[in-house]
Amino acid sequence: MTAATAVRPAGERAMRARRRGGAGPARHFRRYWQLWVMVAPAIAFVAVFAYVPMYGLQLAFREFDFTAGITGGDWVGLKYFHQFFESPQFWTLIRNTVVISVSTLVVGFAAPIGLALMINQVVGRRRRKFLQTATYLPHFISIVVIVGMLQVFLSPTSGLITRFAALFGVEGANFLGSEAAFVPVYVISDVWQHAGWNSIIYLAALSRVDPQLYEAARIDGAGRFSIVRHVDVPALVPTMIVLLILNMGNVLNTGFEKIFLMQNPLNLGVSEVIATYVYKIGILANQFSYATAIGLFNTLINFAFLLIANQIAKRVSNTSLW
Amino acid sequence: MTGPITALRGNTPGDLVFKLVLALSCGLVLLVAVYPIYFVVIASVSDPTMVSTGQVWLAPRDISWFGYEQIFADSRIWNGYRNTLLYAVVGTALNLLVTMPAAFALSRREFRPRRVLMFFFAFTMFFSGGLIPMYLLLRDLNLLDNWLVFILPSAVNVFNLIIARAFFEYSLPDDLHEAASIDGANYFQFFLKIALPLSMPILSVIGLYYLVQHWNDFFTGLVFVRDYSIQPLQIVLRDILISNQAFSGGAGGAGGAGAGSYAQQYADQIKYGVIVVSTLPVIMLYPFLQRYFEKGVMIGALKG
Repeated sequence: MTAATAVRPAGERAMRARRRGGAGPARHFRRYWQLWVMVAPAIAFVAVFAYVPMYGLQLAFREFDFTAGITGGDWVGLKYFHQFFESPQFWTLIRNTVVISVSTLVVGFAAPIGLALMINQVVGRRRRKFLQTATYLPHFISIVVIVGMLQVFLSPTSGLITRFAALFGVEGANFLGSEAAFVPVYVISDVWQHAGWNSIIYLAALSRVDPQLYEAARIDGAGRFSIVRHVDVPALVPTMIVLLILNMGNVLNTGFEKIFLMQNPLNLGVSEVIATYVYKIGILANQFSYATAIGLFNTLINFAFLLIANQIAKRVSNTSLW
Repeated sequence: MTGPITALRGNTPGDLVFKLVLALSCGLVLLVAVYPIYFVVIASVSDPTMVSTGQVWLAPRDISWFGYEQIFADSRIWNGYRNTLLYAVVGTALNLLVTMPAAFALSRREFRPRRVLMFFFAFTMFFSGGLIPMYLLLRDLNLLDNWLVFILPSAVNVFNLIIARAFFEYSLPDDLHEAASIDGANYFQFFLKIALPLSMPILSVIGLYYLVQHWNDFFTGLVFVRDYSIQPLQIVLRDILISNQAFSGGAGGAGGAGAGSYAQQYADQIKYGVIVVSTLPVIMLYPFLQRYFEKGVMIGALKG
């Protein structure tokens, strides 16, 4: 009885393997070892530099021990999470992070769509190309240079934009040293840098619109504006949804570098976000366990948002990432 | 592509308004996108006083090379430039060497484990260990303050891997591989002799993505490196543009409140020059490769 049950599955497996024309892993490796060789270095790099740090997340639940390294010392449970939730900075950090990322998300999401709809209306190949090239260009400028440009343009004494603002009665404004101006400056410069580049994906979607739809709309007496409104915009909806889901996964992911570089004592009240705080607590102040816990909290919230957005999109429109 | 729209050119009053609004907004967008860059270029060669009093806005005035002279005499910039060039070239070579074969292997439909492997790669786009575990890992690997930290951890960018895989799936029909294997080609030969020569557009796109990524990398130097002699250009730029560190010639530092607007003017001119010198290489490469870029993004969009 026991012998029979032990033998049967093995026999079945062998039969299935024979039907497929191979004997399991050995056969697979004999046939595909070259593909494995090709993919192995990438697996190794990702395993070491992405998965080992994930393994190291247990540090958030342990006391950091200099001699023990990445896995840490004694277990302390949720101590560091409690410490974070109860710290006076907690709500400020959450508020700052959400305000910056949601404003970037909303404005940064709408701008490329508008730009793509506009560029798509331009008649003449060369004019379009020129407009596209000009709007993509800032995408390749480094963040350090972008913030450097903001500093010279927004300099209270001699900045180009400060002087332009003075024409409208705003004299000697210090845009970089003000809490009220921080988020607008951050968001507007972000749109300036990336809207053109991000419009490519929408332009690609617009180029796939069936020309017959335009003709049909024209015959129905639609003007150009209503063609944009009723043909082009609906054509972009699936792309919008996919990008919106992807962006939702970044609700608590603000660009560390740009915020860090724009920070100064005058705007720190609104510019200290989770990412910059983790850097200061962890790298500069060496509180490794505490900083890991804050970082893990951040990652988990983002991951949850991504899953929720994906589920909602799946229900509402049948468009989803997986 | 412009066909249908040209054919539909209308003459109703509404369409005339539409055209007018379109032309105005295009002009405005163009101005906003290009003018800041143009201004930086003309300001970098104009007399600093003219710039700071607002007399330079269409063309350079009273040409002055003071800023560039200071920059060329400053060893920090050239040291950073040399480091960045090294990291960008070696790093991009490694990136392509690792990414392209992996993308090819993952594009083969008959390769069953590819679904699991794709999940293994894609998962890291949405979940990560974060800053501190990464820092401790690099410390344990002796990569802190080591120039390899600019190259090894960023060897694979999963987004680029997915784009390249999509390209291979799309551009290498199964028949092609069948034909090649009948001729006795194995996977290595098929990849080197057929797949790679066909994939020059994607190779340039991915190569340039990686190159720009290395060129603009500021984070690695900030967090993982203390030794100034191996710091890349972006760290040097931060010190000059944002932290207002003084130049060897004494000019450039904002110099506190007492230094007044005279020092500030010269500091600004150096900044304009530094922006031009550091950004030019990337911007100049870009128009040549623009059509490839778009192709890359579109393939990513189709499959992503």
